Amino acid sequence: MMRLPRFRYLAPASLPEAVKVLGDLGPEAMPLAGGTDLVPNMKRRQQTPANLVGLRGLAALRAVSGDAGRGLTLGAMTRLAEVERGPVAAGWPALARAAATVATPPIRNTATLGGNLCLDTRCSYYDQGEEWRRSIGYCMKREGETCWVAPGSDRCWAVSSSDTAPVLCALGAEVTLLSRGGERRIPVAELFADDGIRHLSRRPDELLTAVHLPPVEAGQRAAYVKLRRRGSFDFPVLGVAARVRLSAGGTVEAARIFLGAVGSRPQEARAAADFLVGRRLGDEEVIREAARLAAQVAKPMQNTDLTLGWRKGVAREYAARALRELVG
Amino acid sequence: MADDREATPRPGPRALDDDRPAPRPGAASPAPGLAAVGKPLRKVDVRGKVTGETRFADDFTMPGALHMKLVRSTVPHARLLSVDPSAALAVKGVRCVLTGKDFPIAYGLMPVSQDEHPLCNDKVRFVGDPVAAVVAADELTAQEAAAQVRVEYEPLRTIATPQEALATADPRIHDYGDAPNVHKLVAFDFGDVPAALAGADQVFEDRFFYQGNTHLPIEQHAALAWVDPDGRVTIVSSTQVAHYVHKAVARALALPPARIRVIAPPQGGGFGGKTDPFNHEIVVAKAAMVTGRPVKIALTREEVFLCHRGRHPTLMRMRTGVKDGRIVGHSVETVLDGGAYGSYGVASVHYTGALETVTYRMDRYRFRGCRTFTNKPPCGPKRGHGTPQPRFGLEVHLDKICEKLGVDPAEWRIRNAVPPDTVVANWMRVRTTGLVACLEAVVKASGWRERRGRLGRGRGLGIAASSYMTGAGISITFGDLPHTGVQLLLDRGGGVTAFCGASDVGQGSDNVLALIVAEVLGVEVGDVKVVTGDTSLGPVDLGSYSSRVTIMMGNAAIQAAERARDRLAAAAAAKLEVPASRLCFAGGRVFDVEDPARGLTFAEAVQRAEAQAGTVGTVGSYSPPTPTPRYKGGGVGPSPTYSYSAAVVEVEADEATGELSVEKIWVAHDIGRALNPVAARGQVVGSVYMGLSEALMEEQEFRRLPPKLSRALVHQAPSMLEYKSLTFHEMPEVETILVEEPDAMGPFGAKEVGQGPLLPIPPALANAVHDALGIRVDEVPITPHKVLAALAAPDRRYGPAAFPDVPWPEPLLVPPPWEGGDGKATNERKRERRLPGAKP
Repeated sequence: MMRLPRFRYLAPASLPEAVKVLGDLGPEAMPLAGGTDLVPNMKRRQQTPANLVGLRGLAALRAVSGDAGRGLTLGAMTRLAEVERGPVAAGWPALARAAATVATPPIRNTATLGGNLCLDTRCSYYDQGEEWRRSIGYCMKREGETCWVAPGSDRCWAVSSSDTAPVLCALGAEVTLLSRGGERRIPVAELFADDGIRHLSRRPDELLTAVHLPPVEAGQRAAYVKLRRRGSFDFPVLGVAARVRLSAGGTVEAARIFLGAVGSRPQEARAAADFLVGRRLGDEEVIREAARLAAQVAKPMQNTDLTLGWRKGVAREYAARALRELVG
Repeated sequence: MADDREATPRPGPRALDDDRPAPRPGAASPAPGLAAVGKPLRKVDVRGKVTGETRFADDFTMPGALHMKLVRSTVPHARLLSVDPSAALAVKGVRCVLTGKDFPIAYGLMPVSQDEHPLCNDKVRFVGDPVAAVVAADELTAQEAAAQVRVEYEPLRTIATPQEALATADPRIHDYGDAPNVHKLVAFDFGDVPAALAGADQVFEDRFFYQGNTHLPIEQHAALAWVDPDGRVTIVSSTQVAHYVHKAVARALALPPARIRVIAPPQGGGFGGKTDPFNHEIVVAKAAMVTGRPVKIALTREEVFLCHRGRHPTLMRMRTGVKDGRIVGHSVETVLDGGAYGSYGVASVHYTGALETVTYRMDRYRFRGCRTFTNKPPCGPKRGHGTPQPRFGLEVHLDKICEKLGVDPAEWRIRNAVPPDTVVANWMRVRTTGLVACLEAVVKASGWRERRGRLGRGRGLGIAASSYMTGAGISITFGDLPHTGVQLLLDRGGGVTAFCGASDVGQGSDNVLALIVAEVLGVEVGDVKVVTGDTSLGPVDLGSYSSRVTIMMGNAAIQAAERARDRLAAAAAAKLEVPASRLCFAGGRVFDVEDPARGLTFAEAVQRAEAQAGTVGTVGSYSPPTPTPRYKGGGVGPSPTYSYSAAVVEVEADEATGELSVEKIWVAHDIGRALNPVAARGQVVGSVYMGLSEALMEEQEFRRLPPKLSRALVHQAPSMLEYKSLTFHEMPEVETILVEEPDAMGPFGAKEVGQGPLLPIPPALANAVHDALGIRVDEVPITPHKVLAALAAPDRRYGPAAFPDVPWPEPLLVPPPWEGGDGKATNERKRERRLPGAKP
């Protein structure tokens, strides 16, 4: 079987202790939340931190506070199984739905919301065992020099594969990052960078401690549609997250659309969102045009499941399906 | 003694009877009043499975066991210049490093394909070919040290596809074969097919492709070996074929067979993926001999993908001439991508043609088969071994023919079904056949006549039928010896122990053994203890493949149990002063049928028999009937009897995205008799699952990198996450109909059930997609992009555009039975000439 590499396990008893350890060790350490992404990656030697900082003892990271009227703060260690239910399902059903589509029920009982946001980017040349990667001379993301999906490229095209990230971006959520030096709160969209290797703006000494959902506005509607091979288990090859605010008369007053799994970070479909403002979603022509515009930001590469041409071709259809869900 | 045999209930046939006429289909079931056969009794081994107490190979360990890791080639094709273990040996905890030098003797499953070394000697032939083995105190140390073994390669040109293999004379992956980089070529003419096509009303031609896929057993391969103080080598391994492992270890390590013991514990699935002797099994034994310590290896999932031996990717071309609605001539050509080694490949290529004839009447038949070598993990037998590919082609081909002829494809199949007791064009003997009954059953259950073509755009029904062997008629390696044996030991407490070399891969063979013995002896199934999967504790059984265990082990068990019953009857007759002919064995008693109160308990009967003539132990064995084909190559395909299946698939197709959702499957299977109907249904549903998974998504696919930058040729997705197979989500409801027409060849009339029901599923899906959208996807798997491509194509088809040129040899000419002849080729000796350039 695959064995984990050797590492040191640290179990801080408090948040200050945790960020002190992360500050002391810097890139030599990684926080361990649910471990459903990191641990298999370690077995495959994709990530080999010398130190793991276990977060399971930190009750503060599990706290949930607020409500639909005030906004909701979810501790980063809130499990995806909890995000599927409770206050999130009541106020932000699109996020609950995104969480419910991650992997499988046993994994969602362990995996956390913070972990899903910090999910390592994925690529079919990278998500392989050590021997497999050795057989291709490794890749740019780890130990090699070439990006095999785009051999002329000087950047890594590994794919942001989180289901919750595009929804949180569309909802305008924020995250808190805590370090020894204090904490900062940034929009979720700013957590991500367009690079398969340095895909998070989180510094190694920072801990993502909380996710903040803004208050639910009158007329708010949101949807998440996920494309993947199978109805369970699989990562997305496309995720369409859309959030609109409708006037009493049904006209779109504000819109935000993000596509997941078609780039190294959630891709914002601004032109599509702008197009929707002032228009009515009940008009199928409007949906189709917005979907066409949204699909333009989908720039998939041949490094996930299913064929590239097909994924490009159906992006518009899936964007339209997400927008139709907003009609209600 | 003959008298009481006739008086006691005797549902089973005689075990070694060669060639009795089969009963007519629909004949009344023999032997009412069976106690265990046909009852939905709990399987004897199921409690351990559900409580987690069953010990699989990886659960075995020994005090002081060392751990082994294989160092595998990272290049697809190269000369092996050197293997330097010094850095690995310097790692603390490493006990030894083995290399190809320790294994000079080649081995292989088939006598004609002894082309593997436990560790590569001179060449590596695919990414994953093992070049060294590191043995260390723990698994992590072995894994870390394995990365320290330095291997020097001289790369050779990589051959990735059958087309490249056919076009490349040099380099050769192997120095044997029927042509450079061609492992095997076969060619048969059963009558003059070109003449038949010339005289046909219409001739149809199609090309098909069936992608390769792998077995995906949940249990990964593991093996533990140790050497007893007396020098006996024991290997515990997850294998379907303990005796083939035994044979391969003896050969490759030059050990006396009598000093080797192979134990095959229950397995968490095999499906043909544990049917070859594997390099790690031989190397772990050698490591135990070298270190004097128990040594264990547990393969990773990635390594299981590299062991492979799965479904051959197969290109096919079919040509059929039809006159007055019947097939006057049918031609099949296949090109198989064999991967890097022979494995079962010679059999596999024959199987792509051998069973083409046993479902529908065809006057003449022509078959050409070609298996190529490529630098990829070797292909071999997977559930249905070599037959799902041409079955897919034939059933889709027929669907198209029926469409052109304007006839209902279900009706055509029913009208043209091979009747029972027929020797077909290639001389395979069909005995009972439930083909028509299966077709009628799924037609009725699915509402075929009312619903097909009327479900609206995007929804459709498709039908297909098939046949599979109930055990192979010829043994691959053991010549004329029996294919199986069962030994019984009856104890004074009334317990019965049944010993057999068969191993249970989850299909339920242990249960079959216990229930048959219990049925014959009239005891509780739970009173029969089975000891299986151990080459030292039971008679040889060839293994769990070819759907052979129920029929072969079952008949041997009947023979052994009847012999035991005879001994008990003689002793009980003396004690009870009743003629043996009046004794009945039932309910744990032996009693007078005319005065049931007069009797002995089963235990008392055993005691009387033991007092009369010593320990009560009996044996039984089984050999299949002599095959009817007498031509060279005719040993692949004959079976004591064939099972039949039919399926209707209902699909919902999304025209915008090409995505398919299978809504329901109706499947009927001619099982002869279900020894345990619940277990049988489980096998049917499992086969349907596997067939549908292959039809919708499974692909053992490989990836090349830009040639200027890399020579790599690697498995695309060797993980259970990215190698896509169906989950519960995609699995539809399956309505299973068991068609029971007992066959005299089977124990209590039973035929196979483990493989056959897979076969109709892929073509039934393809035909359903046609009904839904009017398109033809002539390929498996039928993925969304192919559906969209077919919708966009002018001919509404997606499939292979061409069929490669193959240097077919002169065919063997075998007239079909109705054109005279005796099953022999008319030109056999003349054809012994080899192809130019081929080595013997």
